[in-house]
Amino acid sequence: MAMARRQFDAVVVGAGGSGMRAALQLAEARLKVAVLSKVFPTRSHTVAAQGGVAASLGNVTEDNWHWHMYDTVKGSDYLGDQDAIEFMCRKASEVVYELEHFGMPFDRLDNGKIYQRPFGGHMQEYGRNPVPRACAAADRTGHAMLHTLYQRNLRAGTQFFVEWMALDLIRDQDGDVLGVVALEMETGEVMILQAKTTLLATGGAGRIFAASTNAFINTGDGLGMVARAGLPLQDMEFYQFHPTGVHGAGVLITEGVRGEGGFLLNKNGERFMERYAPTAKDLASRDVVSRAMATEIKEGRGCGKYADHILLKLDHLGAEVIEKRLPGIREIAIKFSNVDPVREPIPVVPTAHYMMGGIPANYHGQVVTPDGVGGEKVVRGLYAAGECACVSVHGANRLGCNSLLDLLVFGKSAGERMVAEVRADDGAFKDLPPDAGEASLARLARLDGASSGEKVSAVGADMRRAMQLHCGVFRFPDSLAEGVRQMLVIAERAKHTFIGDKSKIFNTARIEALELDNLAEVALATMISAEARKESRGAHDRSDYPNRDDANWMKHSLWYKDGNRLDYKAVTLKPLTVAAFEPKARVY
Amino acid sequence: MRFSIYRYNPDADAKPYMKDYDIALEPTDRMLLDALVRIKSEDDTFSFRRSCREGVCGSDAMSINGKNGLACITKLVDLKGTVVIRPLPGLPVIRDLIVDMSQFFKQYHSVKPYVVNNDPPPEKERLQSPEDREELNGLYECILCACCSTACPSFWWNPDKFVGPAGLLQAYRFIADTRDHATNERLDNLEDPYRLFRCHSIMNCVDVCPKGLHPTRAISKIKDLLVKRMV
Ligand SMILES: Cc1cc2nc3c(=O)[nH]c(=O)nc-3n(C[C@H](O)[C@H](O)[C@H](O)COP(=O)(O)OP(=O)(O)OC[C@H]3O[C@@H](n4cnc5c(N)ncnc54)[C@H](O)[C@@H]3O)c2cc1C
Ligand code: SF4
Ligand code: SF4
Ligand code: FES
Repeated sequence: MAMARRQFDAVVVGAGGSGMRAALQLAEARLKVAVLSKVFPTRSHTVAAQGGVAASLGNVTEDNWHWHMYDTVKGSDYLGDQDAIEFMCRKASEVVYELEHFGMPFDRLDNGKIYQRPFGGHMQEYGRNPVPRACAAADRTGHAMLHTLYQRNLRAGTQFFVEWMALDLIRDQDGDVLGVVALEMETGEVMILQAKTTLLATGGAGRIFAASTNAFINTGDGLGMVARAGLPLQDMEFYQFHPTGVHGAGVLITEGVRGEGGFLLNKNGERFMERYAPTAKDLASRDVVSRAMATEIKEGRGCGKYADHILLKLDHLGAEVIEKRLPGIREIAIKFSNVDPVREPIPVVPTAHYMMGGIPANYHGQVVTPDGVGGEKVVRGLYAAGECACVSVHGANRLGCNSLLDLLVFGKSAGERMVAEVRADDGAFKDLPPDAGEASLARLARLDGASSGEKVSAVGADMRRAMQLHCGVFRFPDSLAEGVRQMLVIAERAKHTFIGDKSKIFNTARIEALELDNLAEVALATMISAEARKESRGAHDRSDYPNRDDANWMKHSLWYKDGNRLDYKAVTLKPLTVAAFEPKARVY
Repeated sequence: MRFSIYRYNPDADAKPYMKDYDIALEPTDRMLLDALVRIKSEDDTFSFRRSCREGVCGSDAMSINGKNGLACITKLVDLKGTVVIRPLPGLPVIRDLIVDMSQFFKQYHSVKPYVVNNDPPPEKERLQSPEDREELNGLYECILCACCSTACPSFWWNPDKFVGPAGLLQAYRFIADTRDHATNERLDNLEDPYRLFRCHSIMNCVDVCPKGLHPTRAISKIKDLLVKRMV
């Protein structure tokens, strides 16, 4: 069957913050660009980001990008690449001011400048004391940012393919990426979108865990596409557990609550973070706070009937501050935990939140892969940005507010590099390989043809349970090994699912089955990379190797789908212009 | 718990019908969306949109016992009797609860929802006082769920000509922004017997907005500005 085909200078898969920031660059340069999204752009999960976007504007107290860079390197537990981190922190003010010029409704200080609040791990003078660095629109920063970027794209005339799901990359014999195969959800039609440049901006994959702050659509599609195309996934063992997910619901309560002065209590009413992080206290890095909470619960100091959660107290901030700076949080607490934070504390637990790993990319957004002789090469035509990419600026642990920043900085730089690549070439499209799209059609044909098999929801539930149980905040050798065994079986089961719905029209059962393929790749990569890393660093904490081991493990993991092979590559310790921050013990 | 759900697949069904589902809920099922997901795991042909499950993305607006709302923040304990679920009224149905929102977005786009300011941008941020910024509260939080516009009789009759409450709320969001310089053009764009003046202040929109926004207030402010401009 010959598939319909359309040609573009650039195809952007994903209309979250990163995809739309890149699209803006491309559309304003008058390139022919198509932006694909599984959902209407403003429904992308960037919309749920609450606390803020980091930039050392220094609007409240003195700040500069060197301090921000130091905090990010330290926060990453020295696994972040220092060239990319310098690039991001230096660009932060520029991209935030731009966003303001686009119309972002930031909160304001009395002098009319952008409002900034403290956030975990963001400090003054190389770790001295917390600094207000998170630029915020109440506790709806992601919503404000995503809508602003969509609005700006409307102005630029960007072409959106709404409710289109990309299925696979098209890669030729030279290894170049020539576009994607995609499914129009409303009609069930499959099309080849041929492109000189393709950007993956598909966001996170929190749905590999049973309890997560992520949306249903966060299924790691870009990572699945890359894995199936034979490219590696980097640092997948590093999954961030956010300290404050609503107990029992998973919905996030922003760290901005603690930035505004809220704090955590155990069942004795003790502000226990003072013991674990004497300087930063409740504003220590997320891995540190989540572990402290899990320790309190493990040692019997959890709250509630089952001693299974921690309380987040903020009533002392007063109704006015809560109404002005944290209105969305109040709404969530009332809806999802039946407490009004103006009077009562919110029950919270560490909850799967953010994927530090992802598609290996450099700070121009270009996807890179080992060249076989100890270096790296660029995969021609392929870019990645946002949560699906691993640049790596977040290393083993991301600082709050550095993700929205990452979207803006690397969305823009990827867009710029794509414009340059399209302008430099001769205008001709490379020939598609003769079997282009066949792998996708085969997957669809299997689903259409299957008359029996396991339910997608059943396999998915088992995967989420296995990940939650064996790959959580604390990791144990036996449990990790068991997790690997289980995930290998589950990934196999995912290939034999069955859907009852065979309709072409908006078949959401089919979409969920295709998403499960991607989730399974991501979960497998995460579990296998975690089992293999014999140290504790950032979000990866193993009972049998409780310390960081720079001599053996200061390196990035690379997982390949083919044979579940692991490889490693060096961390870039040399920044672009400043002196390197040497690894040292992390104290907050 | 019993649910009566609107089902229609143009591929297979001659016409829409209501289908009953009796399901056993788990203690973890707190919101209507949890129940719908459970129904779907039994009957995977049942189709609806959903994403964030926390009331910020605007995907799962539907008619719940006759009133528009978001399934993900509608508590099951607040629902009585057989729960009747239908697609948002007034928009073409693609399948089951999935409606074609093109007309709704077209009206949103028609108000030019972006800041227009042709002054060269300063090196840093454009300044705005906290009081001026406060003018945007109650406006910028819209999640484009369409609960309001699809509850508005004027929008049902003239979806192609009347901007509708969601679009008008956003029109005012940019009029109210001190950084925007296009108030006059925006008013011109709305000075029309249909685009703005089809609103008869019936307030259905205010009643259903899951974010507690108040389109009617914004609409009357636009009307005031038009009156002021005339004198
Ligand atoms: C609740 C919550 C709060 C957060 N708060 C903050 C914060 O305050 N500050 C901060 O810095 N970070 C925060 N984060 C992290 C940050 O919001 C995310 O990392 C970031 O928004 C991800 O953006 P993105 O552009 O990579 O992807 P997303 O916004 O997730 O967008 C992904 C896009 O890809 C599309 N897509 C996916 N797969 C496909 C496919 N197969 N075909 C077509 N399209 C596809 C989707 O439709 C969507 O448009 C928060 C995260 C969560 C979950
Ligand atoms: S107040 Fe106006 S916009 Fe709102 S429902 Fe009534 S007619 Fe529609
Ligand atoms: S105004 Fe309220 S009901 Fe209308 S689209 Fe916006 S959020 Fe939805
Ligand atoms: S699922 Fe996002 S608003 Fe309900």
